[in-house]
Amino acid sequence: MASEEMEQLVRREYTQGFVTDIESDTMPPGLDENTIAFISKKKGEPEWMLEWRLKAYHQWLKMTSPSWAHLDYPPIDYQAISYYSAPKKDEDRPQSLDEVDPKLLETYEKLGIPLHERAALAGVAVDAVFDSVSVTTTFKDKLAEAGVIFCSISEAIRDYPELIKQYLGSVVPAADNYFAALNSAVFTDGSFVFVPEGVTCPMELSTYFRINAANTGQFERTLIICEKQAQVSYLEGCTAPQRDENQLHAAVVELVALEDAYIKYSTVQNWYPGDEDGKGGIYNFVTKRGDCRGDRSRISWTQVETGSAITWKYPSCVLRGRDSIGEFYSVAVTNGRQQADTGTKMIHIGEGTRSSIISKGISAGRSNQSYRGLVKIGPRAKGARNFTQCDSLLIGDQCGAHTFPYQEIGNSSATVEHEATTSKIGEDQLFYCQSRGISEEDAVSMIVNGFCKDVFQELPMEFAVEAEALLNVTLEGAVG
Amino acid sequence: MSDEQTFLDALSARGTRRGAEPTWIAARRQAGAARFEALGFPTRRDEAFKYTDVRTIARGDFTLAQDAQDLAPLSPATAAALTLPLEALRLTFVDGIFAPELSDLAALPAGVSVEPLSEALADNHEAVGGALGRLAGVDFSPFTALNTAFAEEGAVIRLAPGSVVETPILVQFLSRANATPLMSHPRVLIEAGARSQATVIEHQVGEEEAANFSNLVSEVMLERGAILTHYKLQEASLKDLHVSSLHIDQGRDSRFTSFNLNLGGSLVRNDIVADLNAQGAETNYYGLFFAQGRQHVDNHTLVNHNAPHTFSNENYKGILGDRAHGVFNGKVVVRRDSQKIEAHQSNANLLLSDRAEIDTKPELEIYADDVKCSHGATTGQLDEEAIFALRARGIGEETARGLLTLAFAGEVMEQVVLDAVAERVERTVAGKLPERFNLAGLVEVAAALDEE
Repeated sequence: MASEEMEQLVRREYTQGFVTDIESDTMPPGLDENTIAFISKKKGEPEWMLEWRLKAYHQWLKMTSPSWAHLDYPPIDYQAISYYSAPKKDEDRPQSLDEVDPKLLETYEKLGIPLHERAALAGVAVDAVFDSVSVTTTFKDKLAEAGVIFCSISEAIRDYPELIKQYLGSVVPAADNYFAALNSAVFTDGSFVFVPEGVTCPMELSTYFRINAANTGQFERTLIICEKQAQVSYLEGCTAPQRDENQLHAAVVELVALEDAYIKYSTVQNWYPGDEDGKGGIYNFVTKRGDCRGDRSRISWTQVETGSAITWKYPSCVLRGRDSIGEFYSVAVTNGRQQADTGTKMIHIGEGTRSSIISKGISAGRSNQSYRGLVKIGPRAKGARNFTQCDSLLIGDQCGAHTFPYQEIGNSSATVEHEATTSKIGEDQLFYCQSRGISEEDAVSMIVNGFCKDVFQELPMEFAVEAEALLNVTLEGAVG
Repeated sequence: MSDEQTFLDALSARGTRRGAEPTWIAARRQAGAARFEALGFPTRRDEAFKYTDVRTIARGDFTLAQDAQDLAPLSPATAAALTLPLEALRLTFVDGIFAPELSDLAALPAGVSVEPLSEALADNHEAVGGALGRLAGVDFSPFTALNTAFAEEGAVIRLAPGSVVETPILVQFLSRANATPLMSHPRVLIEAGARSQATVIEHQVGEEEAANFSNLVSEVMLERGAILTHYKLQEASLKDLHVSSLHIDQGRDSRFTSFNLNLGGSLVRNDIVADLNAQGAETNYYGLFFAQGRQHVDNHTLVNHNAPHTFSNENYKGILGDRAHGVFNGKVVVRRDSQKIEAHQSNANLLLSDRAEIDTKPELEIYADDVKCSHGATTGQLDEEAIFALRARGIGEETARGLLTLAFAGEVMEQVVLDAVAERVERTVAGKLPERFNLAGLVEVAAALDEE
């Protein structure tokens, strides 16, 4: 392909960039105790929650921003961020999709996700988060019938304080890290899922996160609890409108799996990555951790990361229960000047615990990508097993791909394997395809999709289709 | 008094006793001391020392051998038992001090010069000044800074262009069981001219009760087409503390092979850094660390692919028993525009005990796209079925385990061409094996059969 053409394609505009003009009830930028009190009050939270937030805030003040990641970004001014933004029509929320602001629905249309159709066709209950407040929750009745609680975290704090007190911060403590502490202090919304003993959630749960009001940091807090023998599959997908100001996103996701429980958490992340000079774009600092508390429990993370200017994200599993299983499947694609430092942690504590990590990284343009992982086998984790594979594909001579896998093994009965490769798309592979009449573009797409196959097949059906399309769009013309 | 101050005091005390030195040496000592003072000993908060606690060194009170009183001479019998039984050009240091009576440089071939650092400095200090410190600056680590401040003795090996040295050059560092613990900061300088070839062995060995601290820095410069094989055989006593760094600068089409074989020492930290600065340069790292008891062995390797068409290959094996702690950190960096690179790295570890620990981190940092890079790391245990299979054939359990452990190290050990070195490793790893299991012997027999 001619290089100008390529250039053109690489420099494509962010097709999902648009701003829906909905008046926001936004707080002026800045962060102090008053901000936190305001958020807590706005959410109608009980006193103990405010105290919890303030405690986290004081911890955060004592901490410093981590610098170990292979990332390069100017220091973030936390006083320049507005910590609360909610759509105006807060009081009279729509009861069904028909009542939803048509502008909002239009937004989803532009994303190519016709919400009502999708919800009906795929049987997906959608707790759509528009900015920070849950706007609509569907299929609530059906879930209630099964005994599953699926609501926004704010509602959960009000309605299920005992569960919140027991589990919130039990996987990711408030002082876990800098961004988790910040989130604990100022989180505005997110999802809460509780699946009682023996229940298999009748449908896949899904939340669409969107960042909309300019200059608003998005601080989501998600908590999923699966009791004994319960199962749930949770989908998280995100896109964001185009804008210049860097946006900070520091979410915390906590998963708790009790005996024989299974939680599958899938993410497609396509936030605005910034323009070709790296201007704008989302800063995505996420703490995700699952705790396999019960014996034979299983937590599976699947993620497709194509957006954000900066991604700092390490979905982890603490394998406490005997014979518990942790899984991590990831495809990360960076283009332009995106930077991603992502990976996972598998902490083997219990006997017979198993984990597998499949990470596929594709760097193009002037982007930099790192896989950073930790596999830790504790002295009591007899017969623990881990398999790790992380492969990187480089497209273009200005990008970088790095791997930093840490392995800490303190048990002789453990078996740990790690393999990683870095290469570019083979010229002979391209030639082979082209000699059979497949265009270069299609050939690249085929090869890349094949490269990511191991991860895509772990995604729920709806996501897999979206992910493949997303990958093709992201990499369009990046190869020559 | 801070830990660092103890060392700085020893340095200034030595300075007054040593007398006048050429200005460049004095300036460098000063720079080293200043840098060491600024950096301080590393702690576990430093990423490079995340798994290695050097407090036993920092809190130690070591005397320089040059300042120590009443050191009994090493008996020739002990020295003979420690040294490697092979024909070699020998340069020996006892606790960091040159021992001419244990050295043998009589058969030095033409074009080769091997001399102790002190002599090289006395002869022509300016000729040493250019190369010394070029690769291992004071910034690399607090230990290289410390070495720069203290270094008085070591080896200077120079190979004239085109010279091929068949006989290995053996630089041995003997550590003695002294009344007070001693420290030494030897410096080794190897300058290999264009198309020259040689094998250099650095051998750390000592009396069983020795408990000294040695801090070695080696700098190797390979000019166009030079081929150098470097062995580091570290079988210090189980109480010795040893830190070393090996720095290699490679010119066009040069080839460097490192064998980093660690069997001894209570706390060991090795750094190897190769810079592949011109096309066609190739580097091979082979490593083996075998640790028992409470030994701690840390190997950090780094390959910098600074030029296109450069190759590196690395294979490290770790065997850990009892409560031993092993660390492996291998890093490959491919600079921007260093295209057509091949870099492979592999680390396999064998844990023989439940209380042994391995921390491994194979890293890749790649800024070019036309590369083939891979790394792999595995950790596991001996295959009980394989042990059973051997025992079913009448081999005792201990021997069976020894053989399988040795076989695990095979990929690295079969690259070792010096039998004397291989035997030392086999003896330590597998214990005393019956004659017929001598692997080196088997290789010879097989080679002989091939020739027929």
